[in-house]
Amino acid sequence: MEQPNLSYIHSMSGGDKAFEKKLIDIIKKEFPEEKQVYFDNIAAENFKEAAENVHKLKHKISILGLVKSYEIAVDYEHNLLENSIEGKADFESILQLITDFLKSL
Amino acid sequence: MNCIIIDDEATARAIIGQLCNNVPSLNVLEEFPNAMQAIKYLNSNEVDLIFLDIHMPDFTGFDFIDTIKNPPKTILTTSDPKFAIQAFGYDCIVDYLVKPITPERFQKAIDKALAIKPTVAKEKQSNQVETTSGNDLYVNIDRRLIKIDIPSIYLVEAKGDYIQVKTEDKNYTVHSTLKKIEEKLPKSLFLKIHRSYIINVDKIIDIEDNSVLIKKDVIPVSRSNRPELMKRLNLL
Repeated sequence: MEQPNLSYIHSMSGGDKAFEKKLIDIIKKEFPEEKQVYFDNIAAENFKEAAENVHKLKHKISILGLVKSYEIAVDYEHNLLENSIEGKADFESILQLITDFLKSL
Repeated sequence: MNCIIIDDEATARAIIGQLCNNVPSLNVLEEFPNAMQAIKYLNSNEVDLIFLDIHMPDFTGFDFIDTIKNPPKTILTTSDPKFAIQAFGYDCIVDYLVKPITPERFQKAIDKALAIKPTVAKEKQSNQVETTSGNDLYVNIDRRLIKIDIPSIYLVEAKGDYIQVKTEDKNYTVHSTLKKIEEKLPKSLFLKIHRSYIINVDKIIDIEDNSVLIKKDVIPVSRSNRPELMKRLNLL
């Protein structure tokens, strides 16, 4: 399975280490909040809202270099808009992967 | 170019802000987590370029562009490439960046923005801004966007460069025109019955000859508007 990485962040920071730290701190703060909103909406079967949450989370998936996971998220977002939760388990395992990665930073 | 960033995601704002920092010709004035805050800012500030997220809760990037008058050059930023065709319909949109944005692609977008001269002569951006969202109408009074419940409006009267919006509870004097507010009000509920008056048809008390009694106001009905008014009534 592909692993999260900081390649994108390094490529766009222009070597600015202070910015890299700032951005990682923002992601560390924002990601759990967005993840929680997603889980709340799934629990309440608010699938349209959950699709919005997946849409936002996609950006962080791509920032962390998860190319295949991004495609899984795209499909899952589409499914949620159709009131289907197909792809839920795969998507949530991506969330867990990112959670573990952010903890390691 | 003075620019602002509008995105509900802090991560995206930080990335775009950093990309701007690496371009000497860009000066980021402000960042906003939602469109409404940006609209308020644009009422009293001029900017040359907006980085605008499309996918925002309540008020999308396209809603934002539709709301402001003479929008400045705009670069859309989104995780979703499917809106590109829609973006072509807007003169102000100079480029469309799909997240995650690379420095190279960002620079191209800036080059495009620099190459394009403003297509529309900029009117002062502190002009009246109005937006409808469901049953609400926002009017700009003394640089504050005040929400009015549309069904509570019973009369709008033109008064020179201003309009007076009368509601059940309160009257508002707004720097705007009857034509502009007419475009924002639902046609199913409101009707222009005279060059100076729009009424809420549901609030009519009675009609006599060429006048309408609405609340305590007697409003003239022009001859040309009378047939349309009569059509709207449930006549026995």
